[in-house]
Amino acid sequence: MSSLRPGNVGIVIVSHSPKIAEGAADMVRQMVGDAVPLAWTGGDVDGGLGTNVAGILEAIETAWSPAGVAILVDLGGAETNSEMAVEMLPEDRRARVLVCNAPVVEGAVIAATESSGGSPLAAVKRSAEEFYA
Amino acid sequence: MHDANANRAAQTFAPLTASAVLVNPVGLHARPSVKLTQLAKRFTAKIEIALVADGPWTDAKSPVKVMRVKAPQGATLHFRVAGPDSEAALAAMLALVHDGFGEA
Repeated sequence: MSSLRPGNVGIVIVSHSPKIAEGAADMVRQMVGDAVPLAWTGGDVDGGLGTNVAGILEAIETAWSPAGVAILVDLGGAETNSEMAVEMLPEDRRARVLVCNAPVVEGAVIAATESSGGSPLAAVKRSAEEFYA
Repeated sequence: MHDANANRAAQTFAPLTASAVLVNPVGLHARPSVKLTQLAKRFTAKIEIALVADGPWTDAKSPVKVMRVKAPQGATLHFRVAGPDSEAALAAMLALVHDGFGEA
């Protein structure tokens, strides 16, 4: 899945379940459209439930945008592995990737909607996090 | 960023108002909310929606706030638009509702 409008903030969906991650990405594509770079990852390296840092790094690369990338995660390990992946990024990219404190499905749709209007990374994160506000 | 511009626009331009009935079967649920927000963001004007003519008004550029309005089919959606491109914005927003958000 590659970007058609590289100026918009990219969205990465990280779930323990690849089905949830893929399904959430389908919702984003159907509801928001193709204007936003989007990638998803889910499952551990053996194909079971879980997340893995390499998969998250690959997803960040796929959804990369000069405007940055917002990551939506589900539970515990998805968040810590995402933070670990961010730390492993080259220094010039690290500050342009943010993990959102938002529900994974709803947050992904809202973040993508915000991004599709050309909003900057901080606004995309803030909008996704309005769900818990 | 958008908000600051929109607020400045709203101060110098008198607001335009109009309303339209939601004709699409699901009302203002998730998908129509996304479309409405995306359209609103294309304009400089401050764009707000409400279920009654005197408010409370909701920022049409906020996807979360628009979804929380939960307007059902048959509800009248009021628009209040202020800014340099308010006429074009209002016309576009009304057209989207009349069109049933492309779903009807």
